[in-house]
Amino acid sequence: MNAASKCTDAVILNLWHVIGDVSEMQAGIVYQTVLLEERLSFAIDAEGAPVAWRSLPPGKSGEAFDPGRVSGKLPTVSAYGCVWACLGQPSADIFPIPEYAEAKRRNVNAGTIGVSVSAPRAIENFLDMGHFPYVHTDVLGAEPYTEVKEYDVEISADRDEIVATRCRFFQPKSSVASTEGSDIEYVYRVPHPYCSVLYKTSHVDESRLDVIGIFAQPIDQEHIRAHMMLCLVDEDSNDTAIRHFQQMIFGQDKPILENQFRKRLPLDPRAETPIRADKSSVAYRRWLSQKGVTYGVIPAAS
Amino acid sequence: MAGAAWYPIAASHDLPLRHVFHGQRLGREFAVWRADDGFVNIWENRCLHRGVRLSIGINDGRELRCQYHGWRYSNRTAGCTYIPAHPADAPARTITIRSFPVAERYGLIWSSLVAAGEGPAIAVLDGEKALVLRGIAVNAPAKLAIEHLKNYRFQPLGAVADNAAATALTDCNDLSVTLRSRQDEAETLAVFFVQPVDANRCVIRGVLDADPAGKERIAVFHHHNERLSALRDEIERESATQTAPQPIEPVYEPVAPELAEIPPLAPAGRSAALNVRVARKWPAAHDIAGFELRALRGHLPTFQPGAHIDVHLPNGLVRQYSITNAPGETGSYMIGVKSEVPSRGGSQCLHETVREGDVLAISEPRNNFPLRRDAVRTIFVAGGIGITPLLAMAQALHHSNLVYELHYFARSQEALAFPDRLATLGDHLDTHLDLSPAATEERIRALLSNYRPRMHVYVCGPAPMLDATRRIASELSWPESQVHFEYFKNTHAIDDSSRFEVALARSVVTLEVPPGKTILQVLRESGISIPSSCEQGACGTCLATVLDGEPDHQDVYLSDEEKRSGAKIITCVSRAKSARLVLDL
Repeated sequence: MNAASKCTDAVILNLWHVIGDVSEMQAGIVYQTVLLEERLSFAIDAEGAPVAWRSLPPGKSGEAFDPGRVSGKLPTVSAYGCVWACLGQPSADIFPIPEYAEAKRRNVNAGTIGVSVSAPRAIENFLDMGHFPYVHTDVLGAEPYTEVKEYDVEISADRDEIVATRCRFFQPKSSVASTEGSDIEYVYRVPHPYCSVLYKTSHVDESRLDVIGIFAQPIDQEHIRAHMMLCLVDEDSNDTAIRHFQQMIFGQDKPILENQFRKRLPLDPRAETPIRADKSSVAYRRWLSQKGVTYGVIPAAS
Repeated sequence: MAGAAWYPIAASHDLPLRHVFHGQRLGREFAVWRADDGFVNIWENRCLHRGVRLSIGINDGRELRCQYHGWRYSNRTAGCTYIPAHPADAPARTITIRSFPVAERYGLIWSSLVAAGEGPAIAVLDGEKALVLRGIAVNAPAKLAIEHLKNYRFQPLGAVADNAAATALTDCNDLSVTLRSRQDEAETLAVFFVQPVDANRCVIRGVLDADPAGKERIAVFHHHNERLSALRDEIERESATQTAPQPIEPVYEPVAPELAEIPPLAPAGRSAALNVRVARKWPAAHDIAGFELRALRGHLPTFQPGAHIDVHLPNGLVRQYSITNAPGETGSYMIGVKSEVPSRGGSQCLHETVREGDVLAISEPRNNFPLRRDAVRTIFVAGGIGITPLLAMAQALHHSNLVYELHYFARSQEALAFPDRLATLGDHLDTHLDLSPAATEERIRALLSNYRPRMHVYVCGPAPMLDATRRIASELSWPESQVHFEYFKNTHAIDDSSRFEVALARSVVTLEVPPGKTILQVLRESGISIPSSCEQGACGTCLATVLDGEPDHQDVYLSDEEKRSGAKIITCVSRAKSARLVLDL
């Protein structure tokens, strides 16, 4: 990648982006990553605060953190178990996930998976229920229960985010206790062009919702590291089992995403063929268009 | 330019049973697959829905299923036949993958960017024998491979173990190099086709004019494998010293505008869009004639189970017949026509006048009787000629290993239509012969007695049987939405004495419907085109959405629940009880 091809999308540059999982870091050690084609170094300092800066010259992971030798610090915060940085001027706080702070919930960082796809393609897949019986067979869905029932999508009145409600999909063995499947309710939020959060009936307590977040770290326009955050009502399962489950699910999505062409999300309505079940993806594409996002997408010809 | 020419895209041996081969030429990818009927499909390697490669899809022998959302595309036509996210809907739009001309010759699969006649002709290979070598992928431009192939040396059949043959270049062009190898009496001709995969990648596909067997064949394969691998190393060494050309940017054609928006109303009136030839006419049962209809040229449009066509008869009548084909059987349409006594002129004309070889005009297939494939069990109840749509449906579920049973009520064994097809359904088929109306009802009651959620029943047959089945299903607490039916005709007397106004919300027009005229006729006279087919309130093609007013339903297409809701109207027979009806047109 040459310098000219780096991100020039002001909307994306001024957003917070996830760059690492706190649970996988030790304080005082420097880690390396790539964000929007820029090499970054980041660390957690002695006070527990995250620090990130452009790597110059490119360093190696594992060096000791020396605050005196760091110049050009980027705006950096810690949220939802992750380190977030901004290459431009952050225009707002990181979107809220109030459940993360609720008592009696398990917050688990379920891992990070590299995928050769654009961030918007990964988000669109996260919003999609129609693939459950085919990609997550016998887990999130099963043939012949393939129907995507009518649901509602809107741009939230309070916040600049997409919200899909009344989403229901048939799930085989929907809880540990049941042998029969049933419809599971989902609510989807897209509060950030590269992040999404879903709420789903807890299999432990049907009156409460589990929260699953996907935060896509854009390496470049066609590669991401997907960070998965869980915020569950479940008090019984161990972290490892929860991580394994989530990684299995995402591992099923990965080969599909990597065989999707084009890799960037086309915003021109004539690029692909939507059906009613794709209402949320149609809204998402329109929302990205309206925001003027150009990075990781193929903008509609104007 | 090269677009008109044929070029190899794969070898026949790249297409084993139910495989999908990933082909590529000049940066453009193809999904290449052979259906169980032998037809080879060469398609753009992208599902139209979300762009996932079809080469990772599933070839079920008749259709290709996308891995992402299970969309099904039919053998030969490349049209979408089922969208699992919306099981109750027939795919309303013509969703069709771009497909390319195909020819299979000399052990290779050939394609072209345009329809280019009969297929490739390589005179030197036109003998009986052809042995296709393993394709050799080379990381170099095709042009460079062609240059090096000119100097390729090999031993002829019969002297493979030796090393004294003279190899002569006999022909060379952009696509291939032809060489002849001779040693004493032994002589072998070889054509090496070079397929440009991308700007800096190609595949060498060699074909010999010989077809040795057994050990000799293996020796020939070894010989060329060894020498072509050495040639590849040589080509790649030279290529590495040159600047690699940029990869070719693949072409992404936009989808048709009508596919880009969520769903429009189906256009077109009662049209005879296609001409077909009667390829075969045969007695499909006592009193039932089978007709196989083939396109005069090109492919017939995609059909879904439950679909019917309008057949425009030589005597001017238009009649509807269900397509009985199994999935993927897209070379022709098979219909069954019962000899009716007295005939209204349609069945008589087909039975007596129409012969093999005759040309008929038909409409595109239309599906107003779509089959859901998300039932835990599907029960088909067929009476007499009502078997036709249900036969197509049963074959579709059978092929997908879904749970179903087909109950076929008929007068006698001889009256069972399409016995060869029925035989393929095995013990899913139950015949019920020579039953009185009362016994038929009793049997239907027994069949429907074990209702469980997510079961669906489809019924087609004579009106009294349909009425009885619907009544029994209702008595046994089947939800109306899970009882699907198709009447052949509307036997109710139509009362067309009322006078009312029809306001068209989208067109902002108000029209008066006088006694003796239908809504459909009045709309047509004002130049508003609505699709229609049976025009007697049975098939559902001319359905419109009611925004305001109270319909006076006279059709046999809508269910009672749909009629009560007043949200839909069949415009060829139904009228208004209110003075004014507002339609979403």
